[in-house]
Amino acid sequence: MAAAAAVGVSLLVAPLIGLLTRVPWAELGTLLTSEVAVDALRISSIASAAAALIAVVVGVPVAWVLARVDFPGRSLLRGLVLLPLVLPPVVGGAALLFTFGRRGLLGEPLHRLTGIVLPFSTGGVILAVTFVSMPFLIVTVEGALRSLDPRYEGAAASLGAGRWTVLRRVTLPMIGPSLASGLILTWARALGEFGATIAFAGNLPGRTQTLPLAIFVQLESDRDAAVALSVVMVAISLAVLVVLRDRWWRAP
Amino acid sequence: MSARTILIGAVLVVAVAACGGTEASRQVVVSAASSLVDVFGAIERSFEEAHPDVDVVLNVGASSTLREQILAGAPVDVYASADLANMAAVADAGLVEGRSVVFARNRLQIAVPAGNPARVEGLADLDRAELLLGVCDPAVPCGVLAEQVFAAAGLEPSVDTWEPNVRALLTKLRDGELDAGVVYVTDVVAASGEVEGIDIPVAVTTSYPIAVLTGASEPDLARAFVEWVLSDEGRAVLDRFGFEVP
Repeated sequence: MAAAAAVGVSLLVAPLIGLLTRVPWAELGTLLTSEVAVDALRISSIASAAAALIAVVVGVPVAWVLARVDFPGRSLLRGLVLLPLVLPPVVGGAALLFTFGRRGLLGEPLHRLTGIVLPFSTGGVILAVTFVSMPFLIVTVEGALRSLDPRYEGAAASLGAGRWTVLRRVTLPMIGPSLASGLILTWARALGEFGATIAFAGNLPGRTQTLPLAIFVQLESDRDAAVALSVVMVAISLAVLVVLRDRWWRAP
Repeated sequence: MSARTILIGAVLVVAVAACGGTEASRQVVVSAASSLVDVFGAIERSFEEAHPDVDVVLNVGASSTLREQILAGAPVDVYASADLANMAAVADAGLVEGRSVVFARNRLQIAVPAGNPARVEGLADLDRAELLLGVCDPAVPCGVLAEQVFAAAGLEPSVDTWEPNVRALLTKLRDGELDAGVVYVTDVVAASGEVEGIDIPVAVTTSYPIAVLTGASEPDLARAFVEWVLSDEGRAVLDRFGFEVP
């Protein structure tokens, strides 16, 4: 058992060490302030923050409907909105292209009526990363809403609180920790998204090239730059784990 | 699903995978540039017809991706690159058996979706700001070639996406998501009916070298495959797919 565990641990940890042995520490500063790196950091920051924001605005209501409203087909709906969790992202990218592309189901009328073209734009990156990451928020918040005893909200309402007050003063504070960790998971997933982005939004530095895309392209042309950007991703991932430690590392 | 069901499922998957390998007893792994996907598919079929006990496994990707795989020790028997530089990098690492041989040449064309909706007529049109233009990333051979074409024509077009390989670019042109792109002549041939090609009056070509790798697990088969590509039959297939055969 211990030997198998050792194999498991090395499988997960060795690649990280392998990556760190290739880091050009001396040039790290120069590499991370290059135009390509700064552009990729900027696009990734914008897209992941926008995805987290959109997830709160439209994802929380989805979680609320799934947790609190009883209607036929609820399980089916839950399956559909959580599908991107398990769908290969590149399939998601192709699906987005067929839907929101210039000749897509919705993209064609959108382009005809407004002139907006989503692929190859920062908006397209936001759409792609939101598609892939929002289910993380939905699944986390829905779980929290389900385990929240509705009698608290009922008590508040019976004491005269309006729906908005109940939401603001009772529901949101009680699911707050789950909402926060759902948000962080969503944001981290959005930050790491690759397949859907390159399939739907293309690859243009300063407009659609996110950190993972820059790493992918640089890996074949400028290895040191790719490794430097990878270190940034590792650092962010570690930070996410530290922030979420109470949720995952609560040892018995 | 119980643990037992999962275990049985896993055993079945492994068993099926193992059976698939018994039909053809010997495998030769060929890493070929993205632009070779169709023509090497045809060459694979004709080679396998002549060698029924052999299974040719095509590993297709950007020449630079394949180079990195080979340098990292991937078990590959034959490497066919879309340029000389990537082959040279593999040869410099001492991984090429003997010398590589150029088996085909290719040049670039402007490709537009069928019907040419943006009315592109030549290189000068690529400068139009509103045009959605895709080019291969400079990390891959067709991107290097496109940069040479732009430099020779004195153009600095505003590119909307640098695609990681030529086939990813071709797909976006086929779907009409891009107005124009710079791809190989052979890609236009492969997507005939879905894209239209417009000639580029700049004489820039790329050479495709092929070589047996020193790490080949089936060196005899690897040599036989390379000879097949260089044979009259292989040349005829290359010609049919639009390649220039030296």
